[in-house]
Amino acid sequence: MKNVRKLLTTPISLIGIILILVYLVIAILAPVLAPYEDYDDRFDIPRDGFRAEPQPPSWMTDEDLSPGDEDWHWLGTTEGQYDIYYGLVWGTRTAFKAGLIVTFSTVVIGLLIGTIASYYGGAVDEVLMRIVEVFMAFPYLLAALTIATVLQPKLGKGIVTPMIALIAFGWTSYARLIRGDILSVKEREYVLAARVSGATDMRIVTRHILPNAIFPTLVIASMDIGTYVLAFATLSFLGVGVQVGYADWGQIINFARNWIPVLDKYWFIIVFPGVTISLYVLGWNLLGDAVRDIMDPRLRKPR
Amino acid sequence: MENRERILNVENLTTRFYTEEGVVHAVEEMSYQMDKGDTLGVVGESGCGKSVHALSIMGLIPSPPGKIEAGKVVFFGQDLLSLNENEMRKIRGNEIAMIFQDPMTSLNPVLTVGFQIMEAIKLHQNMGNKQARDRAAELLSLVGIPEAKQRLDDYPHHFSGGMRQRAMIAMALSCNPTILIADEPTTSLDVTIQAQIIDLVNNLKEKLGMSVIWITHDLGVIARMVNRVNVMYAGRIIEKGSVNEVFDTPKNPYTVGLLGSLPNPEATSKRRLYSIAGEPPDLIGKIQGCPFANRCTFVIDRCLQEMPPLEKLNENHEVACWESEKVEKF
Repeated sequence: MKNVRKLLTTPISLIGIILILVYLVIAILAPVLAPYEDYDDRFDIPRDGFRAEPQPPSWMTDEDLSPGDEDWHWLGTTEGQYDIYYGLVWGTRTAFKAGLIVTFSTVVIGLLIGTIASYYGGAVDEVLMRIVEVFMAFPYLLAALTIATVLQPKLGKGIVTPMIALIAFGWTSYARLIRGDILSVKEREYVLAARVSGATDMRIVTRHILPNAIFPTLVIASMDIGTYVLAFATLSFLGVGVQVGYADWGQIINFARNWIPVLDKYWFIIVFPGVTISLYVLGWNLLGDAVRDIMDPRLRKPR
Repeated sequence: MENRERILNVENLTTRFYTEEGVVHAVEEMSYQMDKGDTLGVVGESGCGKSVHALSIMGLIPSPPGKIEAGKVVFFGQDLLSLNENEMRKIRGNEIAMIFQDPMTSLNPVLTVGFQIMEAIKLHQNMGNKQARDRAAELLSLVGIPEAKQRLDDYPHHFSGGMRQRAMIAMALSCNPTILIADEPTTSLDVTIQAQIIDLVNNLKEKLGMSVIWITHDLGVIARMVNRVNVMYAGRIIEKGSVNEVFDTPKNPYTVGLLGSLPNPEATSKRRLYSIAGEPPDLIGKIQGCPFANRCTFVIDRCLQEMPPLEKLNENHEVACWESEKVEKF
């Protein structure tokens, strides 16, 4: 409890916690913050016409509109008149889903492969690590793109296809990371001491080795949650992710692509989603450090 | 002497490591016996096979590259080397326990001291959490840690070096082992703490009726606590026997050299400390003849050709040296 209190009084970790909590609240309250018209397609961003030119936030224009009107856009519209505010609010749910599921799955697969390889060593290690290298030989996004393209006809557009594609090639760095850390931990004397006291392999790995080796992986993973949101957006952009108009932060940024030369005029199409993504990634990074501080007993002070 | 119970019989134990540089002959044809209540000292310089011999007994030689080539380790009539991993796991920590050189690294930093002591108890004895916890507290106070109950929830970095070694000993004692193997447990502690740990182990040995194998390169420790001693050099036992016999009338030039290199506090002259000239041999590859021959002042031609076998001088003294009758302590 003392550690929890310490976290809440350290500004850095507090900022991280608050940021993620804010996003969590936005995700939960999305139906209230940005009411939808059609329940079946609530992730579809509503459009206000089909004109190409983005519209600035309604409160900045001279038009005679008030909040609540159908044409009122808090944060303006992007190319094709997609409402930025709606997209960002509902995109929070997409970000949590994509980030957490992809990170969790890749970490689990990476941990499993890396742990088996490093603990047993020898031929097992060689074979598994060569497999990892084969996966690593492909540029990450290119590989994910290929997988997504192959899977799309079978699974259809939606968030499942890009997630599987990201998981399939995302686990390798965790496998390597945890392998390296376990290799250094497993030679320590306390592992030998555990073996001397008659502990089984399973127990030695889960109780003695992993708790000493897992922290770098967890910290990296927490930072990657934000990165996966970006990768996810990239796949959407390339047409193998979610369908056009799906509430996804990366997608909104991608709508700004054609307006790069005139961003001084249409700043709102990049600033709002950009800030949203940046703060989300920052929040996870700070939270990652905070989580390590709670979980790693080596950082605890004596009573 | 007759009614003493034979608990450990190591016969012809040979352990080698197959590395890229060659075959390391870490332990060669090691044989000794141990009776209940014995405290056996194993002395020798770094890299002479003391620790490898202990790990061989425990069945913990990393394989590959290590391999126990030959020999038997008979513990209460059962050859430990013929047991499978599951059977061996029941012996480890339960019948034969071990403590290590560096208490700073042999406790897991992310687990509480209590958890680590309770681990062996829960593995080997059918005890619930509550009972195991009580037993752990009892063990901690047995090894002289005050407020044991509260300290169970401390992490190793809350303990000082001496306290960690005490906690290690508590872990090792948790299942009342028959044999405690102490692998240089005092080397990394300062001298006053060393003395406390030695006394502690001596007391516990009496109290719990354990036998102890004490591995060290510190002859002072040996003289103080053991009754039998194996002197090792280059993976072989080159002299063994009761500690009085071996220390008073050493018959192997290496043992003589070892004893001679002890500082003598009563010496008045400003003589330099004696040291054995030369280096211990590289254990890669087979050594022709006696491994000590190139450093030995008693060397004869035969030493370069043949390794002398251990020969019985009397009931309590065996030595491996062709020239043993000429060797005398100086």
